Amino acid sequence: MPSRTMIEAIRSAMDVSMERDERVVVFGEDVGFFGGVFRCTEGLQKKYGASRCFDTPISETGIVGAAVGMAAYGLRPIAEIQFADYMYPAYDQIVSEAARLRFRSANDFTASMVVRMPCGGGIFGAQTHSQSPEALFTHVAGLKTVIPSNPHDAKGLLIAAIEDEDPVIFLEPKRLYNGPFDGHYDRPVVPWSKHPLSDVPDEHYTVPIGKAVVRREGSAVTVLAYGTMVHVAEAAAQDTGIDAEIIDLRTLVPLDIDTIVQSVEKTGRCVVIHEATRTSGFGAELAAQVQERCFYHLEKPVLRVTGWDTPYPHIHEWDYFPGPKRVGEALVEATAKD
Amino acid sequence: MAEHTPLSLHVPAPPTEEGGRQSSSLPFSAAGAVRRPPVDVDPREIRDLAFELIRVLDDDGNAVGEWAPELDVETKRNGLRAMMKTRAFDSRMMKMQRQGMTSFYMQCTGEEAVACAFQSALRKGDMNFPTYRQQGLLIAQDWPVVDMMNQILSNSADRMKGRQLPVMYSAREAGFFSISGNLGTQYIQAVGWAMASAIRNDTKIAAAWIGDGSTAESDFHAALVFASVYQPPVILNVVNNQWAISSPQSIAGGEKTTFAARAHGYAIPALRVDGNDYLAVRAASEWAAERARRNLGPTMIEWVTYRVAPHSTSDDPSKYRSKAEEKGWPLGDPIERLKTHLIRTGEWSEERSVQLAAELDAEMSAAASEARALGTLHDGPRLSPATMFEDVYKDMPRHLREQRQQLGY
Repeated sequence: MPSRTMIEAIRSAMDVSMERDERVVVFGEDVGFFGGVFRCTEGLQKKYGASRCFDTPISETGIVGAAVGMAAYGLRPIAEIQFADYMYPAYDQIVSEAARLRFRSANDFTASMVVRMPCGGGIFGAQTHSQSPEALFTHVAGLKTVIPSNPHDAKGLLIAAIEDEDPVIFLEPKRLYNGPFDGHYDRPVVPWSKHPLSDVPDEHYTVPIGKAVVRREGSAVTVLAYGTMVHVAEAAAQDTGIDAEIIDLRTLVPLDIDTIVQSVEKTGRCVVIHEATRTSGFGAELAAQVQERCFYHLEKPVLRVTGWDTPYPHIHEWDYFPGPKRVGEALVEATAKD
Repeated sequence: MAEHTPLSLHVPAPPTEEGGRQSSSLPFSAAGAVRRPPVDVDPREIRDLAFELIRVLDDDGNAVGEWAPELDVETKRNGLRAMMKTRAFDSRMMKMQRQGMTSFYMQCTGEEAVACAFQSALRKGDMNFPTYRQQGLLIAQDWPVVDMMNQILSNSADRMKGRQLPVMYSAREAGFFSISGNLGTQYIQAVGWAMASAIRNDTKIAAAWIGDGSTAESDFHAALVFASVYQPPVILNVVNNQWAISSPQSIAGGEKTTFAARAHGYAIPALRVDGNDYLAVRAASEWAAERARRNLGPTMIEWVTYRVAPHSTSDDPSKYRSKAEEKGWPLGDPIERLKTHLIRTGEWSEERSVQLAAELDAEMSAAASEARALGTLHDGPRLSPATMFEDVYKDMPRHLREQRQQLGY
């Protein structure tokens, strides 16, 4: 199988989908002729024409609002928001419209569409190129929220999202676009070609939405992670030697609670990690669910390692980003004998 | 250095302070005075039309000028009937709201011509993206009023399953997009829908609807930019009824210009039309629809009208505008004006009007009984609360199944 970067995998997912289904259209700022600021749509306009893959004015509410209208018509729009940090002007269209169209019209109209947005930090992106706004989507009834951690999942999940009958927010950790990143920012960057999950078939395949996967089996503690933090968790387990079971959630809503419960019942300990700020972050939902469902199996309180409750800083990036050191400390704390 | 007096903020004054009708900086054109350009006109050649007022019916009910549409008498009578039926529907729903059978209602009194005449320019498969004040789009195509009442009563036959505030209809079959409470959102969606029709090389067109107040929403601007860039087959309607709840249209930016003029900055041709003139609405709608169908791109139309009724059943206009203004609106009543025209041409009579009004009232009464039997806000059959968990997603995910069970279903 060919080795692909996350960028190439995402592009391949759209290519395969556009080839199979004429209703699939791709658009956003700089997405058409130029092929996207991250190259995720490179070549698609040339291959499928400007009416299938095109540039838009700089208006996030326009991009998502137009997508809702197209979906209502019966197209399968894939809208790109250049950075998740810039989705706020589109938030009304996402929350009030895309998410609720099926419910409010009782299936008279639906919004089968994907909104792709690069997210996450670790790239010196500072305040407006580093955010992880997933909790602002997971809180919204009617949306599915997906975030891959590797090229193989990125392609399979994106195809599944395009084919899904519901609106899907597809968050792409841009720090993972060119290679896995475990938070050891002082070490050389490793390309995806060295990673087994960069084996991405050319053809159509899907990774089911709503299914988590155990990335590393372990018995000492369950780590709930997604996106870049999956790799950070792996590094933390490696660095500490703690036999952590690492779950890559992949889909935040709908959540694969069975995989989580099964693991926590085995380990009795749970650490939740994400880049996003802590208060009311998705980790709070995860911690609450684990507490409700695994209370009698828990040996320790559920711990959270997250971004601080501050805007994402520039110079203090590595003090902010929950790297392997902080996650490792949490693993030690969670597994300590009292 | 020149001396300057201290700065001061300009806040447009409400018309009630002058005790009279809302001042408009732009005079109304006389009926028949405005030219009718060909649909493929260079938009730059009709910029002046955004500052005129296209009118067909003069004060005596004569249809005059280039915009006077050639309509047979049956079509005009149907137009009158659609407007009267819309008003009869509003009147019945107001009663039912006052009787406590529903929580809420919104009339379109005075604006009946805009929706009713516009609808007749559309074809099966075209799609309206309406606001909450275009019930005439449904009624003009004889959409079953019982279905609309079921929605208003949130009863057991409500196709929206009691989820939506009354008047937030959805009727895909009727080319009537699901209404949202969030203002302006539908405007850009209509443009997207029209883009989709063009992408698929279809022949269908879209119609976007917005009020004067909501033109200030950012989605209005987004819609105009996208319509300008992609030239999709969309008619961008602005219903200027002078009021956004308590705010006069001057607060929306209409004090020194027209809403039609906004289109010029986007190179979108615009018409400004007497919204209380059924024949003018019909002619302008057909002009814009023809442009869209011939792939000539978007058209904006500002319909100048007046919101005669309160904003909603939760509103009392006497707190912010004068009775004199409500009575003195110079464009008159769209129903009276078409009626006068039909009587003048010998195609109608006062007696037939009275008779039709009685028939429509009886029809509404019968429909209301039928809808009431299917349940109201407080009485009669209702849907199971278990339906609340349906249609959030296509398939109910596990967490919603669990929550439904927690509710006892």
